[in-house]
Amino acid sequence: MRPFLKLLKIVAILVWSVFVVAPFLWALTTSFKTANGVTNGATYLPWIDYEPSLAAWKGLFGSDAGSIDIVGPFANSLIVTLSASFISLTLGTLVAYGLSRFRYKLGPISNADLTFFFISQRIMPPVVLAIPFFLMLGFLGLLDTILGLVLVYIALLLPIAVWVMVDFFNNIPKELDETAIIDGCTPFEAFWRVILPNSLPGLVVAGIFCIVFGWNDFFFAFTLTFTQTQLLPVAIVSLNSSVTPWWSLSASALISVVPLIVVAFLVERYLEKGNISGAKK
Amino acid sequence: MQGLTRYKLIFLLPGLLVLLAIILFPLFFTIRVSFSGWDAINPGLGWIGGTNYGRLLADSRFWQSLSRLTTIVLTSVALEYLLGFGLALLVWHQVRLRRITRVLFLIPMMTTPVVMAVIWRTIFHESLGPANDLAGLLGFGNIPWLTKPMWATIVVIVVDVWQWTPFMFLLLLAGLLSLPKEPFLAAEIDGAGPIRTFFNVTFPAMAPITVGALIIRLIEASKIMETIYVITSGGPGTSTETTGYYIFIRGLRDFQIGYAASLSVTYLVIMIVLLTIIAKSLVKVLVKSGN
Repeated sequence: MRPFLKLLKIVAILVWSVFVVAPFLWALTTSFKTANGVTNGATYLPWIDYEPSLAAWKGLFGSDAGSIDIVGPFANSLIVTLSASFISLTLGTLVAYGLSRFRYKLGPISNADLTFFFISQRIMPPVVLAIPFFLMLGFLGLLDTILGLVLVYIALLLPIAVWVMVDFFNNIPKELDETAIIDGCTPFEAFWRVILPNSLPGLVVAGIFCIVFGWNDFFFAFTLTFTQTQLLPVAIVSLNSSVTPWWSLSASALISVVPLIVVAFLVERYLEKGNISGAKK
Repeated sequence: MQGLTRYKLIFLLPGLLVLLAIILFPLFFTIRVSFSGWDAINPGLGWIGGTNYGRLLADSRFWQSLSRLTTIVLTSVALEYLLGFGLALLVWHQVRLRRITRVLFLIPMMTTPVVMAVIWRTIFHESLGPANDLAGLLGFGNIPWLTKPMWATIVVIVVDVWQWTPFMFLLLLAGLLSLPKEPFLAAEIDGAGPIRTFFNVTFPAMAPITVGALIIRLIEASKIMETIYVITSGGPGTSTETTGYYIFIRGLRDFQIGYAASLSVTYLVIMIVLLTIIAKSLVKVLVKSGN
């Protein structure tokens, strides 16, 4: 009975693992195909099922006819994601430290309400915000610009930064800042010199969350930009028409996803160290 | 005291003001727009009272999209919970297996949903994709994945389960790893088998984190629209059109801004009420009964 159960367990994990990697393997093999490998039904193994070619990959970086510009959108995505993440992390860390260390009282509003206000923004369906954002950015002349997208992404990422950092700061003993203040630091110096240098793990987790959510957004980039500022997911989805060959589609999809697979490995190391308390609660 | 107040504000105000400006202002603006007849021909805040809300009550496409959304969200989240918890239990006691599966299972939830949806669409292509290749191999013949309402709904759910089961897996595994050891030793001494131990010890101890994970997933899953846009575009017909996608079509495709705003406000209120009821009853059923 025992060895049978153990086998069943291994099979279950194996089946799920195959399901998890299948789309990536499919995209990888498709990216080396030419028309012959696609239009005659599904093929899987290079050299055996079809003759592999590097055409799709060359097309992503080349500038000849039929090539796809992926470098520009990639750079745009990088700029928007990193600047919005940096600003959100900065503002979010300040807010989180305030909420974790001081008592706020404004009529009936207290710390718990403020924290809830920040985090609850995640409940908002994107489509509810898309229409006012569209009108607002249009009014400010920021539609289809990097700056406009950064503003919008701050609204998406700030709640995440606050959420992770409040929890992180709550787990740092208050005696640490109190000692610093007795030693003559101002509250801000205590935060800057004592607490912040000890908060690297929390900052890394919050930063990764911000980057992943920013990089993965499609909807706002899609509704608030047209031609001047194209982000990577929008560029790839716009290829998703009947004219674009599957091999180019697959190669560009892989390019956009690879940075995140690298990030996944980094996150796992933090998970093993148990520094992701923010996500556990 | 004066000094401390100043520092309190230095920390809180910048973030608070930014969020108020970027989220709260647009929200109030949307409520105002929902009472206007703003569209492509007559842009502006011309007051038309509750006309939009009256139209919405009779808009069966809107209400159908809500029931469709409910079906898709509840089915996906239930499957994700069962699969994620099952997988977490399988690797719980094996350190090496735990680390390998954790990296592997992290990948789907980190990758851009729409980009993976593009890949999934090629997989479910009816004549050229591997899904039907496999179905044929198993003797199911050619399945109309994207042209029959039922199958299109299943495809949407499969893609969601692929992407978000890892989230359940990670949270529940973290929960399992943080459980105290004593109750398990006690159960072993009492001679309880694995199934009794699960229902009497593991499951009740996991109730709080289960509720948290379910609520987060329900909130996130109810926003589903991007993958639907890519994979089915709401079709065939409107059979996979969720509420978010319908509002998007009305507002930013047909430019019936005023009407879309009234749909948005109604949708938001319904979501908040429904999610609060679900969250409260989950806490009642799972956490309270565990004690």
